[in-house]
Amino acid sequence: MKVRYFAWMKRTVGLPEEEVMPPAEVRTVGDLVVWLRARSAGHAEALAAGAAFGAAVDQKTASFDAPLAGVREVAFFPPFTGG
Amino acid sequence: MTVRVQQADFDVGAELDGLTRGNRKIGGLAVFVGLVREMHTRDGLHRERIDAMTLEHYPGMTEKALEEIEAEAQRRWPLEATLIVHRHGRLEAGDRIVLVAVGSPHREAAFEACEFLVDWLKTKAPFWKLEETPSGEKWVEAHEGDDAAAARWAKK
Repeated sequence: MKVRYFAWMKRTVGLPEEEVMPPAEVRTVGDLVVWLRARSAGHAEALAAGAAFGAAVDQKTASFDAPLAGVREVAFFPPFTGG
Repeated sequence: MTVRVQQADFDVGAELDGLTRGNRKIGGLAVFVGLVREMHTRDGLHRERIDAMTLEHYPGMTEKALEEIEAEAQRRWPLEATLIVHRHGRLEAGDRIVLVAVGSPHREAAFEACEFLVDWLKTKAPFWKLEETPSGEKWVEAHEGDDAAAARWAKK
């Protein structure tokens, strides 16, 4: 699946997006967050437990307990500041 | 019923003409135009001028989110026409950022739906502002006031 990062998270991770193949026990968005933290120091910092960020699954806002089965794209981003 | 996300500026008069042309059921058109205002940040003792900002967004999700917000407004009010144009990329003080226009047979629905759309797009559409100051770039943090404004419209 594709994982995308936006705003400050993109800079902290050091990548706008990446293809990942998490193991089967990674079942939810929250599981993915924990699994991604191990990829680099930047991932660990951006996706830290105390960091304020949200997620989208296949381009729709999703909670951290959303399942990943059949999902093509997961995105992580800070709170929106448009308008 | 149109949503556009674009880098280019928009012509408010031309957009409104296009929105109402040929529709004789519209009795009122409520319009909001958001502009980049000149601002200062205060970081300790330093006061810095913000010269410009860059609006990043999530192509694909942005359009879907705006279409959902528009559809929600259509469910809540009797609307004849809606338009949301949101810019992205680098913008300077005085530049237009967003246009929201709502046409309805009656003004109350137009005013309310326009305010609803602006409040909701601030908290539900994936845009992020990066401000430029003389000492560097800074991501804008979300305002609690924006969440409170959006929460006013929560269904009771």
